[in-house]
Amino acid sequence: MATTKLGFVVQRPPYRSENPKLALTHAIASQSVEVYLEDGDIVTCDIAFVGDGVLNCLKDQKAADHYGLTSTETQVKMALLLDINVLICKEDLDRFGLSEDDIVIDAEEFGADIEAKVVPYAEIAAMMEESKHLLFF
Amino acid sequence: MGKLTIGCFSSLVGSMNLDFTVKLAGAALEKGHKVDLWLSGNATMMSIDKQRAFKDYSSLEKPLKELMAKGLKVTACEACAEARGYHKDNTLEGVDRKSMDWYLASTFDADKVLHIGGE
Repeated sequence: MATTKLGFVVQRPPYRSENPKLALTHAIASQSVEVYLEDGDIVTCDIAFVGDGVLNCLKDQKAADHYGLTSTETQVKMALLLDINVLICKEDLDRFGLSEDDIVIDAEEFGADIEAKVVPYAEIAAMMEESKHLLFF
Repeated sequence: MGKLTIGCFSSLVGSMNLDFTVKLAGAALEKGHKVDLWLSGNATMMSIDKQRAFKDYSSLEKPLKELMAKGLKVTACEACAEARGYHKDNTLEGVDRKSMDWYLASTFDADKVLHIGGE
């Protein structure tokens, strides 16, 4: 029985490229990975938004209205629903003049029990150090 | 010998990341390592069958087939492929199609994971 911890780091803004969505969909896929593993072996993941990547967590995105797309906001909420640890860099939010009121913190309407955490970059660096493999998007 | 898992997300035409990825996979195989190659996002275009090779554009079908014959395991993201119109019947022979959890499972016992590209 073993656990492999992955760290996803999203640096790019939403909608400019596919990368943030790929990060979120791959992180969400960690919830069904057991079908490929031995009993008891698991893969866990944390996902951190840094730099321009924090913009993926903005509230009230209109991607569905304008593009007919699932927004990155909804995907972050899905990640919370699946108990994925979501970290958002405080210094980068500050850089954009954003506060916790502007971003996704919980997904109560989806039934999520956990919340996203706004943390100093040092905590994200610690998460990266704890991860066996880091996946940058 | 170890296991290397490479996830590539870059397009075939438009960047040289896939070319680098294939060369790197080949070098690792030559060293005796096991290599899993995951193609996702725009990189899934490498898995489409019957691509026409032009001298002025990158074409990786031949080297990829040679490496698969040497043991390279290539898997394309099924959802990313379907989104781009690459279906099972026009997927390059020998390339598997799986969902994203396959990639994460491959990382489980990998000694190194290299995540390459994206646009």
